[in-house]
Amino acid sequence: MENGNRNDTGNSTKQDQPQAGETPLLEQSFEERQASGLLHKSVSRRELLKMAGIGGAGLLLGAAGLGAVFKGNVFGEAAPATRASSRPNSSGIVDFYGTHQAGIATPSPNFILFAAFDVTSGSLDSVRSLFQAWTAAAAAMTRGEPVGEESGNDHLPPTDTGEAVGLSPSRTTITFGVGPSFFDNRFGLAGKRPAALVDFPAFGGDELRPEWCGGDIAVQVCSDDMQVAFHAIRNLSRIGRGKVVLRWTQEGFQRTSAADPEGATPRNLLGFKDGTANPDTASETEMSEVVWAQAGDGANWMNGGTYMAVRRVRMRIEVWDRSTLADQEQTFGRHRASGAPLGSRNEFDAVDLDAKDANGKPLIPLNSHVRLARGDGSARILRRSYSYSSGMDNKTGQLDAGLLFICFNRDSRKQFIPMQQKLGQSDLLNEYIVHNGSAHFACFPGVRQGGYVGETLF
Amino acid sequence: MKKGWAVLLLAASLTAAGCSSNNDDGGNAGNGGASASSQASASASTVDWAPIIDSYRQFSVEQADTFIAETDKFVAAVKSGDIDTAKQLYAPTRMYYERIEPIAEALGDLDPDIDARENDVEDKDWRGFHRIEKFLWVDNTTAGAEDYADRLLEDAKSLRALMETVEIEPALLVTGAVELLNEVSSSKVTGEEERYSHTDLYDFAANVEGARKIYDLLQPELAKKDAALDTSIGTSFTNLEDALADYKSGDGYVSYTDLKEEDTKKLSQLIDALAEPLSQMGVILGA
Ligand code: HEM
Repeated sequence: MENGNRNDTGNSTKQDQPQAGETPLLEQSFEERQASGLLHKSVSRRELLKMAGIGGAGLLLGAAGLGAVFKGNVFGEAAPATRASSRPNSSGIVDFYGTHQAGIATPSPNFILFAAFDVTSGSLDSVRSLFQAWTAAAAAMTRGEPVGEESGNDHLPPTDTGEAVGLSPSRTTITFGVGPSFFDNRFGLAGKRPAALVDFPAFGGDELRPEWCGGDIAVQVCSDDMQVAFHAIRNLSRIGRGKVVLRWTQEGFQRTSAADPEGATPRNLLGFKDGTANPDTASETEMSEVVWAQAGDGANWMNGGTYMAVRRVRMRIEVWDRSTLADQEQTFGRHRASGAPLGSRNEFDAVDLDAKDANGKPLIPLNSHVRLARGDGSARILRRSYSYSSGMDNKTGQLDAGLLFICFNRDSRKQFIPMQQKLGQSDLLNEYIVHNGSAHFACFPGVRQGGYVGETLF
Repeated sequence: MKKGWAVLLLAASLTAAGCSSNNDDGGNAGNGGASASSQASASASTVDWAPIIDSYRQFSVEQADTFIAETDKFVAAVKSGDIDTAKQLYAPTRMYYERIEPIAEALGDLDPDIDARENDVEDKDWRGFHRIEKFLWVDNTTAGAEDYADRLLEDAKSLRALMETVEIEPALLVTGAVELLNEVSSSKVTGEEERYSHTDLYDFAANVEGARKIYDLLQPELAKKDAALDTSIGTSFTNLEDALADYKSGDGYVSYTDLKEEDTKKLSQLIDALAEPLSQMGVILGA
């Protein structure tokens, strides 16, 4: 949500429309389809599944029949056509492979499902093979494909759980990282723990709850569709069963691209534009300076990777709602309506920390969030947070809602930690928020086709 | 779940008879569409099922016979008003049933008659173990439970008689192991099975033993077909059995109320870790 990808427009998926001049598949009888040899020619997955999904054809084909058709390469032929049109905004596919993992500097889709896992099996081999299997499944799912081929054996559970069948790729990204606990003595990797991957110190105002903290492995799924995101986490945890267990999860959202086709800076649940002063994700120089770990930074296996801080920050919604507009704006140091720095007109006007009012008082209060977070401007982070709403707090009857704060930086010891230390002690915002969850992860560098996530470490 | 089993039995026998509708559809789907069912029976025939099925039948008959003998003692205690003995015998007796639950569930209404919990069936139809459990632990008496005790013994005997008629299909064995663990994960690990006596861990252990029996019988075939899968199942069984052993107390198990949230979570995760690879055992039936 705090991501500054302002020109990130919605995706419109057109790939599934029948070609002009063709009778739509659904209107052909089964015999016609057979006669036209349809089952042997290239059919997109969606066409095929739509066909199978409607009662009649579904029954005729049968589950076994459908599995067999997939196996019989119909889908295999269709795949390249999908890939050919993989411009992010038309196909909704964000490339899983690349120099860096997707889901960090790529535009923020509408939803997030974050999951932290703990490893239960003790061997590095088993972890390695898990990451190999996860890589293949994740790459397929971000293309909108099922996690694997169906076996065609109806004595087995289906390979893919099926709820994303027929859904578009939805700009899904799946991003992996490992936490400090991953480098204990279980896998013989203690010596490879990056110095930057510290356990966070206690911060002022923390009220951390164990059920939202830590984790050996982080999996961040972002998608324009919550069902697609759920499908991804569900299938990854299924593949991991017996090797990893879920430790905690958190869902999040921001305004959808349907509600805001312009893609303006999203507002957080306190009503303020959030993400205005983010570094420019399109600038490779800026990203290398702020986000991507570089050769010489410490652990070589992290070159091109990044460190991720996750904080589940509950908002005291009810308290905030009875604070005055003036208080709210002083808290952040920005105007609520425009997002402009106090005393300025427009959202992207420069933040002038020296500006004073008629009485000589700073326009942007000394303990305002923006001033403290900005500091002297030398330490920056890439924020990529989402709002969350997790129902009600049964103890108080109040809303459990807030910000799933996520940021990426090159070295948390120099960027996120000092920043949060300052904020935790003095931020005016602390009256309205409380940090309930916390985790720190080293997100692997990107992976090339044929490779697997975590290769440089394992 | 009971329904699931009935359907499964039916499906399995249809497959054997070679008239599954899937077979026809598979043909229609063209060359790539050789039906899963026919593949399944083709390669299933390479496994010599007869001795496996025989051993399992023998195992379930033994369990059922002991179940009757033990139920007899339990019923006698209830009818003579010996509430302490009745309470002691309750959970161990049930274990003989829980080990072979898939078979019982395939046999019509017997499972609800023996094992329904309060509100699973209409009150007028509610009988069996859990009705008596409520007398013993909630009302703290045997008075009024005598008729239910008699019925329970009759139902146990009908179960044994009906077992003679059931044909055990390979598919029933393969899915039966998973179903036993599903039982554990949906009611025993949550403490919903034994609401009044809190003896859930006895059922838990018995379900796992029942699944283990099936796995042991299929293991040699599985090892031939998919050694990695076999290893993964073997390890997961050991992990679960080791964890369960921590909750042993005397000849039995601690009360469910002694478990903390982290205990049930750990057990539940170990069940899932085992049931997932176990659900792939169908590879010995199919392609
Ligand atoms: C519920 C918690 C939070 C809320 C509601 C919040 C909200 C905001 C808002 C409204 C802005 C101004 C607009 C913008 O530049 O994006 C902002 C800026 C910023 N926030 Fe937060 N924030 C939260 C937590 C944090 C945390 C935990 C950190 C880091 C430790 C952080 C770091 C920053 C930074 C670096 C800026 C930009 C400052 C600048 O250079 O102008 N925020 N935040």
